Amino acid sequence: MTAPRDKLGRPVVVVTGMGIMTSLGAGKSDNWAKLVAGESGIRTITRFPIDGLKTTMAGTVDFVSVDPFSSTALSERMAELVTQEALEQAGIGAKADFPGPLFLAVAPVEVEWPQRRELGRAVGQQDITYDDLLRISGGGKFSAYHHRFMFGSVAAHLAETFGTKGSPISLSTACASGATSIQLGVEAIRRGETDAALCVATDGTVNPEALVRFSLLSALSTQNDPPQAASRPFSKNRDGFVMAEGAGALVLESYEAATARGAKILGVIAGCGELTDSFHRTRSSPDGKPIIGCMNKTLADAGMTPDQIDHINAHGTATPENDKMEFNTTSAVFGELAQKIPVTSNKSMVGHTISAAGAVEAIFSLLTLEHQRIPPTINYDNPDPTILFDVVGNKARDARVTAVMSNSFGFGGQNASLILTREPA
Amino acid sequence: MTETPALKPGRTEVWITGIGLATSLGEGLDANWAALSEKRINVDEKGFAPYIVHPLMPVSFDSQIPKKGDQRQMEAWQRIGTYAAGLALDSAGIKGNKDILSKIDMVVAAGGGERDINVDSGILTAEAKGANAPGFLNERLMSDLRPTLFLAQLSNLLAGNIAIVHGLGGTSRTFMGEEVAGADAARIALARIASGESDIALVGGSHNGERKDLLVLYEFGDFNLKDKFAPVWARKGHPGFALGSAGAFLVLESKAHAEARGAKPFAKLSSVVADLAKRKQPGDMSATLEKLWAKLPKREGKGAIITGATGAEPATSEERDFLKNHADFPVRSTGTVFGHALETQFPLGIALAALSISRGALFPPNDSTGTEIEMQGAPTQIVVVGAGHWRGEGMALVEAV
Repeated sequence: MTAPRDKLGRPVVVVTGMGIMTSLGAGKSDNWAKLVAGESGIRTITRFPIDGLKTTMAGTVDFVSVDPFSSTALSERMAELVTQEALEQAGIGAKADFPGPLFLAVAPVEVEWPQRRELGRAVGQQDITYDDLLRISGGGKFSAYHHRFMFGSVAAHLAETFGTKGSPISLSTACASGATSIQLGVEAIRRGETDAALCVATDGTVNPEALVRFSLLSALSTQNDPPQAASRPFSKNRDGFVMAEGAGALVLESYEAATARGAKILGVIAGCGELTDSFHRTRSSPDGKPIIGCMNKTLADAGMTPDQIDHINAHGTATPENDKMEFNTTSAVFGELAQKIPVTSNKSMVGHTISAAGAVEAIFSLLTLEHQRIPPTINYDNPDPTILFDVVGNKARDARVTAVMSNSFGFGGQNASLILTREPA
Repeated sequence: MTETPALKPGRTEVWITGIGLATSLGEGLDANWAALSEKRINVDEKGFAPYIVHPLMPVSFDSQIPKKGDQRQMEAWQRIGTYAAGLALDSAGIKGNKDILSKIDMVVAAGGGERDINVDSGILTAEAKGANAPGFLNERLMSDLRPTLFLAQLSNLLAGNIAIVHGLGGTSRTFMGEEVAGADAARIALARIASGESDIALVGGSHNGERKDLLVLYEFGDFNLKDKFAPVWARKGHPGFALGSAGAFLVLESKAHAEARGAKPFAKLSSVVADLAKRKQPGDMSATLEKLWAKLPKREGKGAIITGATGAEPATSEERDFLKNHADFPVRSTGTVFGHALETQFPLGIALAALSISRGALFPPNDSTGTEIEMQGAPTQIVVVGAGHWRGEGMALVEAV
């Protein structure tokens, strides 16, 4: 039997419930089956016209409908569904009475084009300025849009629906947001503030303007045909990431509280780490030091050494810069082991779920531990000869996996890593 | 309820060792304090008429953001914040101190989404004039949006810009969610330092209130103050908030870390608590404020309250009901003086509480209704209250060291 405290004397934090949704489908079983089968969720966008766009595919979640549609409403609905799944599995608390705080990773919120156009039509003239929009915005006709486009609206809705305790935190650390939501939950439990935390990450922002914004930064793949082959992590012909939607929810508990109530333990969050890169708004420091430091901090937080990590769930966005940087930094931390530890990028199949990615990939890492099977990195036909990872290419691989490092790196110098294990170290 | 538990023996005391302010009253502590003491308020009733805003007192961004290239990569809200963050680091005496800046933990409360209103109105106008090809929006966005605008829209890029400009290399977290995000940022930073997870943190936020796209958002809910300025407490028949431009950052530090480098505290941050009232029934919000009040450590000293009450209803009336139960505490409203700066209002409240304690006086009332009363003598305990115009309630206790 394992001790309820880790090597540093802090409560061990375990996962007792998980819920997931990606472009592959809803729920853990469907996602896992398709993930190990090497299926892609990337498809040509049908939600809005693609004329004039350089990138015309994405990993959209089209099987969840919200009305009226907005990216924030979709994010909220996905978050609600994955939380339901996680809570059902955890069997914690009572209906609408979760015994702990909510940490929500969510994309920044703003008024979107369908609503802006509705305002434009309400102005009823041909020349439209913001003063005109202002003139017709009040009076209660659009009061629902105030609530919808508050940054805190998704968290407030989840907190009310699931009865989480205290002030729910909405956070953004760009592409590392999902990992940060888990880290905040882990820290709250370790400090002894709570026995349980609900960590949710969601992103439903495949809309024209979001796509254009990433396009203008030359961050997206333009290999539109066939869309399933666009996301090519670690390949020589990778040319950018593929935007995607999804959500993940994890119920975290102290080991002590989970065992006391006889909960099934799905895995352990053994370590978390983060380190800011102050080099550039969208690029990593060329020496990779912040990412190296982030991985080292995470190992130290878990009280582990590189040889104890036997799988890396890579950030692996398939941008030319990220994948190379990830190999170089991983090599600096892991030495020759970097070429021996099996590495995979879930983004080859589900795309980059941005704010949700850290949580989505943590859940895939935990499922990897459960099934002792590593999902493949698809579209790996033309390996980049300078990236010497042992990429689990194209076909899933059975492997003995006891500890996974999951990495997330984001715009604004955000780096966060997690170490997930089957059992307490 | 999540909270930072009251200080127990063995828990680390957390000091406020740096304050950075850039507001509609001016930049820096002396300018803000002088304006507060003279009861000056800076409102613009014309530029956005009929809406009223508190515009930023112009500052020379060059002094804190020396590279023009950096300034160009930001929109106003980020420039204000990066500027105020630099002032806070200066105030704490750690500007350029690589050892400390390489490990400082940043928790920023931010909104985002600063729009290019010319692009938006250009597209709406063209569509109203008949541009209806399926790819019209895509094509216009592809040609009209500046690539750097995206980076000004991302909430976490305030923290990103602060890290780049001031060379911060510790950790960086951005909380969103309007007013209470500012309380949660302070709450988490305090909890991390008090528990020994962190030694020193930069906490705060910034807001550009001079934005028509934001006015539209709040106009949806009829929250904007129109036509005529009045103090927050005098808006009952004419409710609303006047958006304010402000950046407010704090350096929080464990007592041991501060003492080791000889840093002097303005005050200590003893507790931060926050909650989410349901606000379904009248009285829900004031009951939550009362619960938060009860969770703060005991107040035995000379107390006061600094609140970010917005002037919007029904929240302000709920808060007034709560304040009536504590009528012996002199109250000051930051909303009257600085306008409403959303995520920034709570860090601003903590900053003014610490400043009042360190200067040995609460700034004078600025109110026509009698809600704010004179205070004699030096405050030793100030409760900072921050209730959102729509959701979220936060409270902090700032005390003399």
